[in-house]
Amino acid sequence: MSTETAAATAKKESLFSKKNRKLLVDPLDDSNPITVQVLGICSALAITVQLQQAVIMSLSVLFVMIGGNVIVSLLRNMIPDRIRIIVQLVVVASLVIIVDQVLKAFQPDISEKLSVFVGLIITNCIIMGRLEAFALGNKPGPSFLDAIGNAMGYAWILLAVSIVREVFGSGAISLPGMGQVKFLPTEWFMSEGGFYENNNLMILPPMALITVGIIIWIQRSRNQALIEEN
Amino acid sequence: MAIDKNSTGYTFIFSIAMVVVVGTALAFTALSLKDRQDANAADKKMMDILGAIGVSADRTNANALFAEYVVERVAIDLDGRQVSATSTAVDPKDKADPFSINVKKDYHASIKSAVKAADGDEAALAAALADKDLQFPLFRCVTDTGQNLYVIPVVGSGLWGPIWGYVALEEDMTTIFGANFDHKTETPGLGAEIKESFFTDKFKGKKLDIEGSALFSVLKGGAPTDENSVDGITGGTITSKGVDEMINRTLKVYLRYFESQTRAQR
Repeated sequence: MSTETAAATAKKESLFSKKNRKLLVDPLDDSNPITVQVLGICSALAITVQLQQAVIMSLSVLFVMIGGNVIVSLLRNMIPDRIRIIVQLVVVASLVIIVDQVLKAFQPDISEKLSVFVGLIITNCIIMGRLEAFALGNKPGPSFLDAIGNAMGYAWILLAVSIVREVFGSGAISLPGMGQVKFLPTEWFMSEGGFYENNNLMILPPMALITVGIIIWIQRSRNQALIEEN
Repeated sequence: MAIDKNSTGYTFIFSIAMVVVVGTALAFTALSLKDRQDANAADKKMMDILGAIGVSADRTNANALFAEYVVERVAIDLDGRQVSATSTAVDPKDKADPFSINVKKDYHASIKSAVKAADGDEAALAAALADKDLQFPLFRCVTDTGQNLYVIPVVGSGLWGPIWGYVALEEDMTTIFGANFDHKTETPGLGAEIKESFFTDKFKGKKLDIEGSALFSVLKGGAPTDENSVDGITGGTITSKGVDEMINRTLKVYLRYFESQTRAQR
């Protein structure tokens, strides 16, 4: 009986084979799109002021990434080489427009919060990068896993940066559907005669870069293999 | 027969097929969602107008509350003359309904560039806008206590993009009853604070200076204020200036209408 199972696994590669697990887990750390490949930095700077924006942005990127990777992977043997970048761009742009339209129709309040940032997913280098580097040369199954892995690798950095920035910049934490929760008592703030002042630098774009830099620093000191030789 | 997928002919056919498929899919998505999106936009507009008179509504009851509080919708022209007025139920699809006047579109299509070109010169601005056939909506509301209020939509430019809002005037047409503002892309924590209540609350009870050079001023953050001005947002100077500009420019049009109304009553 056990031989039967083994034969079946060998024939149809298991979803959790070592290779596939690597596709999922690698982008979280060793080949993280933001901290190691330094892709998608632009949106990481723009939308990490509040946690709720980062959450919705991560979900939107996850959808576009999976859709784009699977579609391009299905078409990989049909796409003419010379216009492959344009084809990828069209696929990504269409998916982004669909996300934007659906949010506007069914989640108008969240759509308002994200405003232009949803449209900016089109220019997210991670998505084009994965289409070009992975989906064009692999079957839909692995491409699907690769999309989830990379979207998650993007998402956790976004969430981490936005938590740091919102806590120190606004003294609050926000989640979609809950609004912003200020956890410090109002009388602590200097405007109310207290001792605490929010750090306005945290909500400006440079601080996102510095926060990402600190994450990279921590990551590299833990994982020496990431350090380039001079 | 194998197809050469790098031949020019194949490339053309592929692109044409791709454009047709994608175009159809997107057009279908947009059309099938349009009604919901328009309804959402109309609800949001009603919520904002109700917000200016201190009635908090959400998407579920915006329509009912709007019908209850807003008794008349008026459209006026640049000279303050009444063009049309209606008090029937709102129909967002009816282009003649003052509710459907798209002040944001008008601002970006003609007013914005005229304001920039006029650079503070009022006569030049009026001349530039004279032939644009602009209409301005006014919402007359009655509160629970029987107070007459006028809600005026205002649109302007902040630092990064458009800002807009609604200003509610009391029956004397000079006292501000309430205001709310919103923005598209102002800096969070700085310019974006114009939508927060700590800023909009400052407008309550302030008066328009009918005689003075400016109707109302949003001052640089921290400056002393009088009854015709409010304190702007520290670090959001350009956004505050945008609020100042849009209030002054828009309310001047409505003042002409109010003046003609008062004359008619005498």
